[in-house]
Amino acid sequence: MSEQVHDVRLHVNGSVHEVQVPARRLLSDALRHDCGLTGTHVGCEHGVCGACTVLVDGRPMRSCLMLAVSAVDSEITTVEGLTEADGTPQGRLSPVQQAFSDCHGLQCGFCTPGFLTTITAGLRDNPDPSEDEAREMIAGNLCRCTGYQNIVKSVLRAAEITAEIESGERT
Amino acid sequence: MTTKLFGTKVARVEDQRFLRGQGRYVDDLLTDDPRLLHAAVLRSPHAHARITDIDVSDVLDVEGVLAVWTYDDLVDAMAEPLPLLIPHPTLTHGRTQYALAKDEVNYVGEAIAFVVAVDRYVAEDAVSRIRVDYDYLEPVVGIAAARAADRLVHDDVPGNIGARMEQETGDARAAIADAPHTLTLELDIERSACTPMEGRGTVARWDPDTSRLTVWSSTQTSTGVRGCVAAKLGLDLAKVDVITPDVGGGFGVKINHPWPEELLVPLAAMTLGRPVKFTEDRREHFISSAHERAQVHHVEVGFDDDGRLLGLNVEFWHDHGAYTPYGLIVPIITSTQLLGPYKPLNYRVVFESLYTNTVIVTPYRGAGRPQGCFVMERTMDAIAAYLGKDRTEVRGTNFIQPDEFPYEHGLVFQDGRELTYDSGDYPASLEKLKALVGWDEFEQFRAEMAAQGRRVGIGLACYVEGTGVGPYEGAHVHIETSGKVKVATGLTSQGQGHQTAFAQIVADTLGVRFEDVEITTGDTRKMPYAVGTFASRAAVMSGSAIHLASLRAREKALRIAAEALEASEEDLEINDGVVSVRGTDASIDLGTVAVLSNPLRYAFDEASKAATQFSVGDPGKPPVAEDDEPGLEGKDFYSPERSTFANGMHAVIVETDPDTAEITILKYAVVHDCGHLINPMIVEGQIHGGVAQGVGGALYERMVYDEAGQLLNASFMDFLMPYVTEVPTTIDIDHLETPSPLNPLGIKGAGEAGVIPSAAVFAAAIEDAEGFPITAMPISPSELFALRLEHADHTTEAATITGI
Amino acid sequence: MKPAPFAYLRPTTLEEALTALAGEPGAKVLAGGQSLVPLLSMRLAAPSMLIDINALPDLGHVTCDEAGVRIGALARHAEVLASVEAAASQPLIARALSHVAHPTIRNRGTTVGSLVHADAAAEMPMVLRLLEGSVDVASVRGRRTIPAAELFAGPLESTLAHDEVAVEAFFPALPAGGGIGFEEIARRHGDYALVGVAAVVTIADGDVVGARVGFVSVSDVPVVVDVTDHLDDPAAAALAELDPAEDIHASADYRAHLVKVLTPRVLADAIHHARTRKQA
Repeated sequence: MSEQVHDVRLHVNGSVHEVQVPARRLLSDALRHDCGLTGTHVGCEHGVCGACTVLVDGRPMRSCLMLAVSAVDSEITTVEGLTEADGTPQGRLSPVQQAFSDCHGLQCGFCTPGFLTTITAGLRDNPDPSEDEAREMIAGNLCRCTGYQNIVKSVLRAAEITAEIESGERT
Repeated sequence: MTTKLFGTKVARVEDQRFLRGQGRYVDDLLTDDPRLLHAAVLRSPHAHARITDIDVSDVLDVEGVLAVWTYDDLVDAMAEPLPLLIPHPTLTHGRTQYALAKDEVNYVGEAIAFVVAVDRYVAEDAVSRIRVDYDYLEPVVGIAAARAADRLVHDDVPGNIGARMEQETGDARAAIADAPHTLTLELDIERSACTPMEGRGTVARWDPDTSRLTVWSSTQTSTGVRGCVAAKLGLDLAKVDVITPDVGGGFGVKINHPWPEELLVPLAAMTLGRPVKFTEDRREHFISSAHERAQVHHVEVGFDDDGRLLGLNVEFWHDHGAYTPYGLIVPIITSTQLLGPYKPLNYRVVFESLYTNTVIVTPYRGAGRPQGCFVMERTMDAIAAYLGKDRTEVRGTNFIQPDEFPYEHGLVFQDGRELTYDSGDYPASLEKLKALVGWDEFEQFRAEMAAQGRRVGIGLACYVEGTGVGPYEGAHVHIETSGKVKVATGLTSQGQGHQTAFAQIVADTLGVRFEDVEITTGDTRKMPYAVGTFASRAAVMSGSAIHLASLRAREKALRIAAEALEASEEDLEINDGVVSVRGTDASIDLGTVAVLSNPLRYAFDEASKAATQFSVGDPGKPPVAEDDEPGLEGKDFYSPERSTFANGMHAVIVETDPDTAEITILKYAVVHDCGHLINPMIVEGQIHGGVAQGVGGALYERMVYDEAGQLLNASFMDFLMPYVTEVPTTIDIDHLETPSPLNPLGIKGAGEAGVIPSAAVFAAAIEDAEGFPITAMPISPSELFALRLEHADHTTEAATITGI
Repeated sequence: MKPAPFAYLRPTTLEEALTALAGEPGAKVLAGGQSLVPLLSMRLAAPSMLIDINALPDLGHVTCDEAGVRIGALARHAEVLASVEAAASQPLIARALSHVAHPTIRNRGTTVGSLVHADAAAEMPMVLRLLEGSVDVASVRGRRTIPAAELFAGPLESTLAHDEVAVEAFFPALPAGGGIGFEEIARRHGDYALVGVAAVVTIADGDVVGARVGFVSVSDVPVVVDVTDHLDDPAAAALAELDPAEDIHASADYRAHLVKVLTPRVLADAIHHARTRKQA
């Protein structure tokens, strides 16, 4: 017996991806294997680690806990979509990405995409977090390398960079 | 050199790709190849059973399934047990599993059948349709059951004892018998695991046009995997390439090889003529990769009135799981590294390495040292408590002094070499730690907190860590005609920032711009001679090899440049990739030196035009001198006589809730000595990560097996890795740099350090807060609560007896 | 860890959803999926069909009136938590919701879904039970209201019939003179509680005339104990009706001990809240 395949139109990082997937295809797998966006990583597939976190209509959600077929009406942002256009093919690192580089907020890089998406949304809601609020912002993501010290610093640094850009101190 | 990069906080080059989502981990590879197939594994649901029948007939009905393998399908070397990687004379009863179980399974998770299908979903559907008949056997779970040996894991291993090893210097038992004071301790550590965010994974592609196999694996040793794949599949080594792409953390577990899947994936790729991928899922990582840590220790110690160790006799029992592919590395390290910075005058250690029906044990960051540190530091604390002395004083009394290096312990280390410490300054480290944590002010703090009804405690723990074990690593440095420098070293990277730290070394040694250096690791096509990344050895081994290879390239560059500039080599310097004659304007780019080094026949670009045989060199001589070779390259290997020994000390202040028994970290301090730091930012990152992993190991993480050998917490829901909310909010770090005399850069390893003293330091602090001994780790609030009840009962009993 | 195959339907009307559910005994309803999808991926659940209600209209509401807070089946935890009106009407909802998993899970998971998942280790079923709220369910047979006291049948088992979909939950408002308290102990921040305790009290003329306490993770179903007559030792009264179990994270004794520690503390908080709360 052959499994039914659904035509699914996913809106990811401003582009439309028409994919044919069975109903059980997890959104994380659809992004990685069907859309070729392998920046979203899968660490546990039961919603605990947060590596697969993407923005769904701007809000961080676990892509391993969603079905691709159920994501049709949403605009999805993955780590690949965080980079900002600056005329170069690569684009410029967003403030959050730049802060991680500045503060050594990553080591193996596997959990990093989930942190980046989570913090991007978190700083949108709270552009000037206290250190405690920075911790709360990332409290649902696991990292096995960094001990989180520099990730907390990265959150605060990203807020600084954003403020510098907004005040015109930084371009 | 214009700017020295060694020792500075250079931002990591690898971050650019990771931050953009452009890292390439194994599961990211070949995703756009429509021919790619996916594997899933049927794993034993039973801890101990004989397999009487495997029926795969339903599997082939599943649309999208291409093939299924069981043991009966394996031939030749694949039908033999997996290799015992590190044999040892005392490992008298070493056993390894088959790639797919033959007749018997010995742990939940052992591979039984291997299915390849069009995607992982379908492969899992197929796995669920395989029917296996088992004769159940009673499992052996835990060290007590293994020692009791009422049941055997392997019929032909009496007493479940894989190995028994004993080492002694002096006469420990006699010294203890004669000592003024003696103590006995029983100390336990439970199972835990590395748990990298990325599990294991392997992709293989067979190219029939060239008869060549390419394997990508998430491993800590490309060359090891290559050797195993070639041997097991009967291929010439030259036909197999193994590439380690970006790896999402290792922490030890990925040094074991070959995993069954690392052989079955290439086998399937060759058989089916299509690329095949296996990506381990989280549950599989829990039940079928490897664990560590579980040991039970019995300590007898004799000491004098000052707390000086006169004799130390340690017996311990190590749970190595169902098989012993990685030999005895973990218990040997415990048995030797237990000594830490101290010099017991007489030391005896005996261990038995035991079989249990649980997943195998291979080194996890620290690799036996956390257990050893726990044993030694608990012993130190017990001596201090017994004598009523300050815990730092007893330690100071037993330290090896700075003028005693090199210090020979008279024992044999894990690499088969003498255990000889190269350098360190333990008294200085302790002074730094006391200042950093506020040791001398703590009693005042305790009183202030007590006045608020709060309960606090302080603990410290010291360790010494043998790093940079041999046998060797190598490096190849190639300066291209563009002036760019391509460097290959064979060991692999799992997030340690090798591409940055190694480039810093090259930039300094060679005199080139950091941006012009590109480092490749873990690719057997570029560097087929290598060992792997473990034992905090990458910086020491590959760092040194890269330095030596850079020196060779530099030497050659200077020789050619001297000729071109008509100057003496001694008068030349290299800065930012330009060779110049000191004090003059005369200079030549390294890229041009590379052109001169390689006389060409064909002019395919401007650089090569300049290098054709018609424009280079003396027409009276052969274009390449007899004792020379073309190209501006340097290749060298570093193979030290023995390990270098880093050290460190941690202190922690904890608060224990008098009502709920919850344990909170108030302050964490680290003094760390890994010799010269290549990149302090990276070293501190390693310490942060180690401390967090140590917090997990001490307060949250354990592998909970039930009596049937089922792992009850094989998920991130129940295996409690710390989130940011569970780690210290700050970690105060101070460095001491006593350089190693063993390598040209004076460096020691730093990767494992942060995790080693955790169990010891938390036990000490909780004990200090609570006033009763902590002898088993990890500890949860529930367990602390139980201990409180137990000791409250004792107090009541004692009070009754003495009539108080 | 990939789900077994299932058929999938994404209806755009409730009628369509109910008809499909009635016609497919093996079907399950997908709302937020934060509890269901892990079960699918671990193949601990293998429904023949998923009926995805995320495209249904008019179920995302969080509305408040004098009686209390009405939460639609598609309102995410985060949306309920963000509702100032809901927090004003019944502050226990927000207090408890802030302990439900992590914010990322709350962005997708639905409060109503959590109720009918009926996990005794989850906060919201207990809160509904403590507040004596209810759930409205719909099926092709019609609609009915299930009082919280009748909603929880056993571990992870609600009393919804197979063909019923929960469309709305109702949490009564905190009346004048009322106060609430909530506290839980978890191994890690965001984990399921080892023990969670909530209290609702009523004060009249300065005296406590009503006191009820609800418990998380100490029995198979959410348990509520009336301690109005046991204010001197509410924990003992509670423990008489609880049967804390041992698991890998905590012994039964430790759980009982936490009940003893938390119950008076939370009750005192609730009384304090009632006494200091600005009366509307």
